[in-house]
Amino acid sequence: MIVDIENLSVDYSGIKALDKISFGIAEGDFLGIIGPNGAGKSTLFRCMLGLHTGYDGTIKFFDKDIHESKKYLSQIGYVPQKPVIDKNFPATIREILAMSQHSNNPKKIDDALQKVWMHELADRRIGDLSVGQQQRVFIAKALVNSPKILVLDEPVTGIDMYNQDLFFQILGDLNKKEKISIIWSSHDLDAVERLANKVACLNKTLFFHGISEDFFSDEEMMKKYSETSMQMHMHHH
Amino acid sequence: MVFEFLSDQSVQYALISGIAIALFCSTVGLFLVLRKFALFGDALAHTAFGGVAFGLFIGVYPLWAAYIVSILGALGLTKLRQRFDISGDAAVAILLTSGIAVGIILFSITDVDDHQLDDEHDVKQLNGIQNIEESHDEESHDEESHDEESHDEESHDEESHDEESHDEHDMNDFRDMKHAHDMEEFLFGSILQIKQENVITILILCVIILIILRIIYKKLLYATFSEEQAKVSGIPVEKINYLLIGMSGVAAVTSMQLVGVLLVSALFVIPNVSAMLYGRSFKQTITLSTSFSLFSVVMGIIIAIPFGIEPSGCIVLLAIGILIVSLIIKSTGIVKTTGFSPKVA
Repeated sequence: MIVDIENLSVDYSGIKALDKISFGIAEGDFLGIIGPNGAGKSTLFRCMLGLHTGYDGTIKFFDKDIHESKKYLSQIGYVPQKPVIDKNFPATIREILAMSQHSNNPKKIDDALQKVWMHELADRRIGDLSVGQQQRVFIAKALVNSPKILVLDEPVTGIDMYNQDLFFQILGDLNKKEKISIIWSSHDLDAVERLANKVACLNKTLFFHGISEDFFSDEEMMKKYSETSMQMHMHHH
Repeated sequence: MVFEFLSDQSVQYALISGIAIALFCSTVGLFLVLRKFALFGDALAHTAFGGVAFGLFIGVYPLWAAYIVSILGALGLTKLRQRFDISGDAAVAILLTSGIAVGIILFSITDVDDHQLDDEHDVKQLNGIQNIEESHDEESHDEESHDEESHDEESHDEESHDEESHDEHDMNDFRDMKHAHDMEEFLFGSILQIKQENVITILILCVIILIILRIIYKKLLYATFSEEQAKVSGIPVEKINYLLIGMSGVAAVTSMQLVGVLLVSALFVIPNVSAMLYGRSFKQTITLSTSFSLFSVVMGIIIAIPFGIEPSGCIVLLAIGILIVSLIIKSTGIVKTTGFSPKVA
């Protein structure tokens, strides 16, 4: 296992955000994490990325507890939920990739941009791009340090269908051709069914973790998921 | 010769200091502007004003006190901001107003005798007034020891009392003038008063700031672009932020000597806003911002001196002039620029 999470619990001022979550991720996995809004997906990611440290349980990356060392972060590429980009930020795509690069290697920047079909726009200002294009730049940025794992937190929210399809195609290629393990949270069950080989269904506790086909072929599980999602939806409104 | 004044040592010191200040204020300022923290420089300068007053109050060289007070104030407030989730603009307002309030109170209760007077002439003048005061004190004391009181003596006594009160009045006037002069220097800048040791200090600070910026440039830019993503990349964002605050504090206090407390933020903000109108990349933006800043400072000093205008005002107005021209160029589309779109109809 390259990621091992055991009994992870998070409590925000007495409110449980995650309750004793345990699962592992093997090398080459494409794990789709699904769950309704407020299910704790982003909290789980924040814990895994070292942004939230006040949790109970253990998170191990490459067999090492993340409390012990932050070195694991150099093996992770992170694509955030919504790129909050100041339209006036005066940096080109190439500069954005260069600043996140650990070493100074212009060829790797070109390669990463090539993988997301953004190499022709390398010298454009980041603020001049559409949200879909910006999100592709963020994948390139995540790839520039040759990570072993890509972590994507609902990356296609607010992106048009064309760019979503491109995005999924890129993710599929990265997983199959580049052998990069992917942890991806999404609301889009169709896309998860199509792309992910493993599924983790989350709603504060872990409902399901296993082979994608097993989840989507289990009518009971799907019904339970729909009911929970509906309840959460009603609760939010 | 028209430019004869350039051979004057004080003008040369002003130009050298101005160039150094323009360089580091525009570069540090760009990161503050991009972080939507444009008025932070202003807040630091106002805190520095409090620091100057504190220095005078406790008898420490005012500028050093200003450096310490403004940096500590900024770091403390940043810590509080993180702890209690105070917004950036509110933090700036707190720092700015508390700095100026402390400054006003301490300036008003600090006796001029305790001031660090650098100007020998001022000291002599002040001593002169004190000597006159002392000699009259002795005189009136001697006269009081005489038992016989004649009319002439009485009138002399009255005269001496008049003179004494007149001198005391002069002394108070001078104190008031000195107070006002000190405050004015810090509020509006005093670039032509800069001495050789100040120039050396400014140059050293400039080199230190530029070297630090060069070393942490990538990390600082990343943390400015997205703190969260920079943290996930393993960048020590908090340390980088504290370093930026420290450099901003040094830049604000140093530039206070050039343009004064009230105009410090102009050097941090205006050249950067102009540069962001044209810059197609970060490197281009920082180069343009530095160029605009250098042009404003050098030309501001060169134009102001022969015409007897205050250099600080001239520097800032030139920077604003560049911004207005840039906005016109941008809105009319004379030069194709990208990104930053001013809301000009």
